[in-house]
Amino acid sequence: MQDFLQHLLNGISLGSIYALIALGYTMVYGILQLINFAHSDVYMVGAFAAYYVASLVGLQDSPGFSTLLVLLAASMVACSLLALAIERLAYRPLRKAPKLNILITAIGVSLFLQYFGQAVFGAEPKKFPAVLENKVLVSVAGVDVKTFDIAVLFITVVMMLVLNFIIFKTKLGKAMRAVSTNMKVASMMGVNTDRIIAFTFIVGSSLAGVGSVLVGMKYPSIDPLMGTLFGLKAFVAAVLGGIGSIPGAVLGGIIMGLSEEMVVAYLSSTYRDALAFGILIVILVFKPSGLLGKSQIEKV
Amino acid sequence: MQMNWKKLIVASLVSSFALTSGCTKKNSNEIVVGHFGSMTGSDATFGQSTDDGIRLAIDQANAAGGVNGKKIKLITMDTQGKSEEAASVVTRLIEQEKVVAVLGEVASTRSLAAAPIAQAKKIPMITPSSTNPKVTEVGDYVFRVCFIDPFQGTVMAKFAVENLKAKKVAILREVSSDYSMGLSDFFIAKFKELGGEIVADASYQNQDKDFKAQLTQIKSKNPEAIFVPGYYTQVGLIARQARELGIKAPLMGGDGWDSSKLFEIGGEAVNGGYFSNHYSTDSTDPAAIEFMTKFKAKYNKSPDGLSAAGYDAAQILVAALKTLPEITPSALRDAIAKTTNFPGATGNITINEQRNATKSAVVVQVQGPTNKFITSIAP
Repeated sequence: MQDFLQHLLNGISLGSIYALIALGYTMVYGILQLINFAHSDVYMVGAFAAYYVASLVGLQDSPGFSTLLVLLAASMVACSLLALAIERLAYRPLRKAPKLNILITAIGVSLFLQYFGQAVFGAEPKKFPAVLENKVLVSVAGVDVKTFDIAVLFITVVMMLVLNFIIFKTKLGKAMRAVSTNMKVASMMGVNTDRIIAFTFIVGSSLAGVGSVLVGMKYPSIDPLMGTLFGLKAFVAAVLGGIGSIPGAVLGGIIMGLSEEMVVAYLSSTYRDALAFGILIVILVFKPSGLLGKSQIEKV
Repeated sequence: MQMNWKKLIVASLVSSFALTSGCTKKNSNEIVVGHFGSMTGSDATFGQSTDDGIRLAIDQANAAGGVNGKKIKLITMDTQGKSEEAASVVTRLIEQEKVVAVLGEVASTRSLAAAPIAQAKKIPMITPSSTNPKVTEVGDYVFRVCFIDPFQGTVMAKFAVENLKAKKVAILREVSSDYSMGLSDFFIAKFKELGGEIVADASYQNQDKDFKAQLTQIKSKNPEAIFVPGYYTQVGLIARQARELGIKAPLMGGDGWDSSKLFEIGGEAVNGGYFSNHYSTDSTDPAAIEFMTKFKAKYNKSPDGLSAAGYDAAQILVAALKTLPEITPSALRDAIAKTTNFPGATGNITINEQRNATKSAVVVQVQGPTNKFITSIAP
C-alpha cells in the first residue's frame, strides 16, 4: 500500500511536468493548428536563461520564494522574446504557405536551437540553481509529500485555469478564438491577426519558461538537448488529452506520467516506454480525437 | 529580385561547403592521427577530458622532436555522443584525412559502431577507455589500453562482498548502453558466485531524468547497496532521487562516474558512493605523478581518469610509431600489439593476445568534488 501511494505520488508529480509543457503545445495548436516543435527547445533556452540570471545575481545556492520568482521572471521573459523572434522570422513569412512547410520549419527551428545551444551554452550538463527547499509537507501512510511535488502540481493547475480564463473570458481570448476559427474573416472584422498570433506565442512560451524552472528545480541538470525527450512526451500527452484542449493537456500529461510510473512499478522497467506508449495507442484507437478533444468533420 | 539574392546566398553556401569538404592538404612531413570523441552531447566531459589527455601526449612527443623527424598532427572529430556520428566521423578520418591510426571512444556503444570500420579499412584503432569486451573482439586492428567490464564488474562485486559486507544488492542499469548492461551482467555473475543475492534488477533509458519509479521499487526490497553502472549525469540525478525517497544504502558504480560533474549535479547525495576507476589522483606511481604535473601545468586543472586513459592511448601509439622506420598499417598494428609493461599514467600496460590491457583497477570513494583512494585490485 505504501509503495502504491509512493508510485501514485511519483506519477502525478512527473505527469504535472508533462502537463505544463503540453499546455504550450496545445495552446499554439488550438489557435494556429501548428504543432510548434520548437516549443521544447524554447523551454530549454528558458532553463539556461534562468541559470545565467541566477549566476549573474548570485542566486545559485539560496533557495527560497524570491529566488523562484526571479528565475520564473527571467525564464518567462527570455522564452517570450525568443518565441516572438521565431514567430517573426520563421513562421510569419510562411503564413500563406501550405501547413506542411511551416511544420517542417518548426522542426528546423527546433534543431537549430539544439545545436545553437550546444555551441553557445556548451554541451555538458550544468547544475541548475537551487530554487526551493524540498521539505516534507505532509506524511500520508508513511509516504512523504514534498514541496516539489506539490509546487509542480499546484502551478500546473493554476496555469491551466489562467489559460482557460484568458481564452474564454477576455476580449483578447475572443479574438484568439476568432483567429482560430477563420483567420481571414477575423482580420476583415478588424482583428489584428499578426498581433493576436504573436500574443499566442508569448503566452505559450511563457508556459515553457515556467516549465523549465520547475523541471530544473526537480531534476537539477540542464543541457541543450534536455527538451527533446520531455518535449516529445509532452507532445504525446497533448495529443492524448485532445490537442487544442487546455484541460485535456493536463489530463493527458498526468495519465502519461502515471502510466509510465505504473508500468515500471508493476510490469517492467526495461519496456517502460514501449508499454506506456502502447497504452496511449489503445486509448487513441478508441478515442482518436483525444480524451477531451472535439471530433471535427473534415470538409472535403 | 528579392528571391535572387536569397538563391545566391544558398548557392554560395552550398558551393563553399563543397569546396572545403572535398580536399585536405597532404603534408608528407606530418603523421596524421585521428581522435573521435563526444566533444558535445550529454557526456561531453568524456570526449573533452580524453582529448586533453591525448593532446598532452602528442604535444609532448612533438616538442621532443616528433617521430623520426616528422611532427604528429592530431585531428579531433566530434561524435556528439551518437553511435551513427561515431561511424561517420571515423570513416571521414580514415578516407579523407588519411590518418595512420584512430584513437577513441569512451563509450563502448560508440566504439562498437566505429571499430568495424577501422577493421575493414585496416587502420589500427586504440580505445582509451571503452571497457565492453565486444569492442576488441571486432578484429585484430582494434586495441584498448584499459581493463574490461568482466574485470570491472568482478572488482565491484568483490568490493561489495569483502569491503561493504553486502549480501543483498539491487541493480539499476541503463538499458540502451552496452557498457552499463555488460557491467551489470558481470557484477551479477560474480556477486552470486560469492554468495550474494540480487534483490532487484531495474533499468532506465538514455535520456531519462526521472528514476523515482525504479527507485521506489528498489527501496521496497531493502538492498544493502545499489549498483548503478551508468554515466555521471544520470547517476547524479539517481543519487538525488534515491536520497529524496529516503534510501540510505550506498551507491556503487564504474568508471562512467568519473567526472567532476558528478558531484556538481548530485551534490551531497553522491557523497560516499564507490566506483571502480582506471587511476586515482592519490596514486604514488612515478608515471602517474609525472602525468598529473604536466597536465596541471598545461590545463590548470586536475586530470580525471579519462584524461589519463587518453594520455596512455596516445603515448602507446607514439611509442609504436617510433619503432617503425616506415609506417604501414600492418606494421603499426604489430608494433602496438607488442606493447609490454609500458609505464602509463594508469599503471603498467601490457597488451595481451585479446588486444586488451592487463592492469589493476582502483576503487575510489566520492568525497565532494574529489575522490578518495580506497583500494587497488589486481587482475
